[in-house]
Amino acid sequence: MLEKGWLGGGNTGRNTTIVRSNYHLDPNAHFYELSLKLWERLSQELNFNVMYSARGVLNLVHSPADMDAAMRRGNAMRLNGIDAKFMTRDEIAQWIPNLDCSADARFPIHGGLLQPRGGTVRHDAVAWGYARAADTLGVDIIQQCAVTGIRTEGGAIAGVETTQGFIATPKLGLAVAGHSGHVAAMAGLKLPIESHVLQAMVSEPVKPVLDTVVTSGAVHFYISQSDKGELVMGGDLDFYNSYAQRGNLPIIEHVVAACLALFPTFGRLKLMRTWGGIMDMTMDGSPIIGKLPVKGLYMTGGWCYGGFKATPASGFCLAHTIAHDAPHALNAAFTLERFAEGRMIDEKGAGPYAWAH
Amino acid sequence: MLLIPCPWCGPRSQIEFTYGGDATVRRPALDASEDEWFRCVYVRDNPMGPHDEWWTHSAGCRQWFVVRRDTRTHEILGSTAPGAAMPQADR
Repeated sequence: MLEKGWLGGGNTGRNTTIVRSNYHLDPNAHFYELSLKLWERLSQELNFNVMYSARGVLNLVHSPADMDAAMRRGNAMRLNGIDAKFMTRDEIAQWIPNLDCSADARFPIHGGLLQPRGGTVRHDAVAWGYARAADTLGVDIIQQCAVTGIRTEGGAIAGVETTQGFIATPKLGLAVAGHSGHVAAMAGLKLPIESHVLQAMVSEPVKPVLDTVVTSGAVHFYISQSDKGELVMGGDLDFYNSYAQRGNLPIIEHVVAACLALFPTFGRLKLMRTWGGIMDMTMDGSPIIGKLPVKGLYMTGGWCYGGFKATPASGFCLAHTIAHDAPHALNAAFTLERFAEGRMIDEKGAGPYAWAH
Repeated sequence: MLLIPCPWCGPRSQIEFTYGGDATVRRPALDASEDEWFRCVYVRDNPMGPHDEWWTHSAGCRQWFVVRRDTRTHEILGSTAPGAAMPQADR
């Protein structure tokens, strides 16, 4: 396991810790549901408390059209055996008193689609829990070791050049989301991926005020409260290609404005910290997990901004694919070839614009 | 905040603009092969460094133009009307 920086210093330590499997399309639904099932018992599996908290993920509904879409997705989830529950405005108002559910709210709340088993997991604990478990199983974790080149011989992987020397290997797995494009380019591949920056931010820590995850697609906003008490929030991409791990102020303003429209009382809080992470944005908004067209080369990536919740299933599927040189049933649809074959998995129906998903 | 130089209106704040993606993509002929169309629609260079990209001055003159911007630093290296040569050389 080669890491160019330090463990948990990339997107593993930069996400907003939300886990869920509230997807509409079958390949996404089954893949993320495996992930959520693995999250549920990961603390026992790793013997390391990853602080999985099934506090629910609530998608707010702001219009009759939103309502139809939420019902459709909720029904699709239930048909796939995934928990989904529609909540009325009154139920939400009773549960989340800080949320402005009044009829004259700037974005009136008509209801919401709840996935009760969704929630949060402590991201740093995930990084260290996995690292300790992998180390115990004999994996060498080499930090401060950047891959600078991929050596191929006769169309097959021969090894990697690194800042600490050459390592020979017949099989190589890329799990470098954010940088999948430029690492795959070392093997001569071009991917249907653009790298974009996504920002997140936290308020100063306060006593418990919000015991679930609230999201709103209409205002591009999501929020939860960490165990340290900070309100963790985020919204849209910055909407331009970037490898900079930092964004610009207009998106921060947008996120904060959305927050205050939904939760007026949070206006007294100070913003403590903002940061950015680099997302592999694929052309259909779904990941690429499987074999690449170089013998012995595999990847898991193209997570758009949903990679953290996929962590356990991503690892499971990549390991299976490498061990068997063939994909598991749950990642069989997430091929690189699907773009050329017209088998897009476009959850949002947004078309081939990387930043639109 | 990005200060984006519109070739017609001069430097303006990024909130006046909308992004349009990689400006180096060229549409193949209508009877080109499926592979050429696949590359045009889906595959991107996604460079770390200078990137030529479409922007439109959507809250201004509403013209489309090309900006060369470094994706590692967000530094803007130049901008030009469609089809014209980028005024500043690569750094």
